[in-house]
Amino acid sequence: MSAGGRIIKFGEALREAMFLAMEQDPAVFVMGIGVDDHKAVFGSTRGLVQKFGKARVFDIPISENALTGVAVGAALGGLKPVFIHIRCDFLYLAMDQLFNIAAKWRYMFGGQMNVPMVIRCVIGRSWGQGAQHSQNLTSFFMHVPGIKVAMPTTANEAQGLLLAAIEDPNPVVLIEHRLLYDIPGHVPERLGPIPFGRAEIRRTGKDVTLVASSYMAVEALKAAEFLESQGIDVEIVDPVSLVPLDRETIVNSVKKTGKLLVVDSGWSTCGVGAEIAALAAEKAFASLTGPVRRLGQEQTTCPVSKPLEKIFYPDAAKIAREVFDMMGRAFPDVEVGGLTTTFKGPF
Amino acid sequence: MDKKLAIELYRTMLRIRRVEEKVSALYPGDKIQSPIHLSTGQEAVATGVCLAMASADHIYGTYRGHALYIARGADLKKLFAELYAKDTGCARGKGGSMHLASPENGLMGCSAIVASTIPVAVGDALASKMSKAKRVAVAFFGDGAVDEGVFFESVNFALLKNLPVLFLLENNGYAIHSKVADRHKQTQLWRLGEGLGLKGRRYDGNDVFSVYAETKKAIDGLRRGGAPRLLEFMTHRWGEHVGAGSDFNESYRLKGEEKRARSNDPLPKARRALETKWKISRDVFDRWETELQSEIDAAVDFAEKSPFPRAERLWEDVFL
Repeated sequence: MSAGGRIIKFGEALREAMFLAMEQDPAVFVMGIGVDDHKAVFGSTRGLVQKFGKARVFDIPISENALTGVAVGAALGGLKPVFIHIRCDFLYLAMDQLFNIAAKWRYMFGGQMNVPMVIRCVIGRSWGQGAQHSQNLTSFFMHVPGIKVAMPTTANEAQGLLLAAIEDPNPVVLIEHRLLYDIPGHVPERLGPIPFGRAEIRRTGKDVTLVASSYMAVEALKAAEFLESQGIDVEIVDPVSLVPLDRETIVNSVKKTGKLLVVDSGWSTCGVGAEIAALAAEKAFASLTGPVRRLGQEQTTCPVSKPLEKIFYPDAAKIAREVFDMMGRAFPDVEVGGLTTTFKGPF
Repeated sequence: MDKKLAIELYRTMLRIRRVEEKVSALYPGDKIQSPIHLSTGQEAVATGVCLAMASADHIYGTYRGHALYIARGADLKKLFAELYAKDTGCARGKGGSMHLASPENGLMGCSAIVASTIPVAVGDALASKMSKAKRVAVAFFGDGAVDEGVFFESVNFALLKNLPVLFLLENNGYAIHSKVADRHKQTQLWRLGEGLGLKGRRYDGNDVFSVYAETKKAIDGLRRGGAPRLLEFMTHRWGEHVGAGSDFNESYRLKGEEKRARSNDPLPKARRALETKWKISRDVFDRWETELQSEIDAAVDFAEKSPFPRAERLWEDVFL
């Protein structure tokens, strides 16, 4: 990051971007459960209602499906809605409007109309989020053509992708991870959009390519530090933008290292990681020196009980173990410090 | 009601009837390779509603959408070309019969998922209100749509924000082959939103003049800032749910239904009024028929001669 930037938290970067977008374009409005309350979606909408008024920043009835349709209609009527969900899990209720309507409105009518709308949603993890407050729906959104999908990992990406999403003439789903909200990062002095379709190489390395997005990129970085101390040099590619996906950067990295571990921040089955594993098989097969590996949530429902939850999620320790295995090395008999996620609720 | 408007209402219904008769005649020839859902018998509802709207108003419809498209004054050539799935169609061959749109005529789109355009119309009305556009949005749906939760969610939000949206329920008695009474305890469907605060009423949907008058009154009220309303228009589906055939003899139909439906044919009703009240002569009716036939023939010819979309079009329009 260039000199003159600032260091702010991920959640604050979202808030600043929301402010900027609403200032720049009077067509932008924000709706969602709690967007105007004292908690302000983990602070990311704090102050918006005071600045821009209730007409442009408003709470909604708990009607996810209808309100998604309302966002589509408002977009068709000339506005730019930002619809925020404090948990991704509730978007299952909006699947009809998202996939049958928002994703298809442009195509189905031969390109006559377009739907500039943004869905922001937050993945919960830890502090007992349990079965229905923890889900990552990214692969659902990726599956159906017509929706752009991004997962910011850093504060800079949070502001840049949110601004890009709001400027975009298509439906965009921005998936945020709760555990990223308090992580500080550099942002430029003047905020600005970051184009979709660009993966980030978080760390260069030569031994193994780790593809990890959102909070799993943070865990992958922790694992990388430990692995470095053990003489293993991993490269971390964060897709950041899932639709469109920067296939080239991923494939080039796999070609370089010959080994791929995909760390999914959802379930592995039919997950984002499955798509990336397939990509490696299709485009970098000859370069692979071993089988592609996948790590993801265990194929079961997220439990509340802490010991079970710890097994359920992939984390830095699991990543490190997997990489050792891929390198044909036994995991060392050492205390792995700094690899445990710490977070205290309530959210 | 002045003479000019009465004529327009009649001729629009006639246009829908004759176009769909042509569609039915063409259908066995397999030039139209998609499901079709006809509005034969229901023409008065779409006609009265669409003509009561201002040109800048928006309407959102269903897969039974030919009537709305025609009643909004959209191009017949583009309609037939779309039914033929040609590149010159109103959706460039990607939508077909179930997905008609003509945004320049205020028809913002038709969806094949029951009730799915209701919240979209509400959102359009929200945009109108927020940008002080004075535009009214019409959510046009059938009696099956009130089975869906999204109908109630949409009504609640529209009332909460006092949006300029008209809920237009075209009740033809059946959701596919299921009667209203087999799906609802409360069969006065216009009352379903009462608990939410939705005002509405049920009217005869086979009298185009009253459909027009009631819709006009409702839209004028909305434009003045009045609360969202629901109008339920009762009508008959003459044909099968999907396809070009008639199925009055099938077991799901009520006894004597065909007779009742045909005696409520909205066209002769309107024609009689034109003959008696406005003294339109037989010659004039005949001339309208002739003009319309040649227009339909030209539209079919246009569709026949139009090219299919080129292969690259498959991937275009996913994103702007």
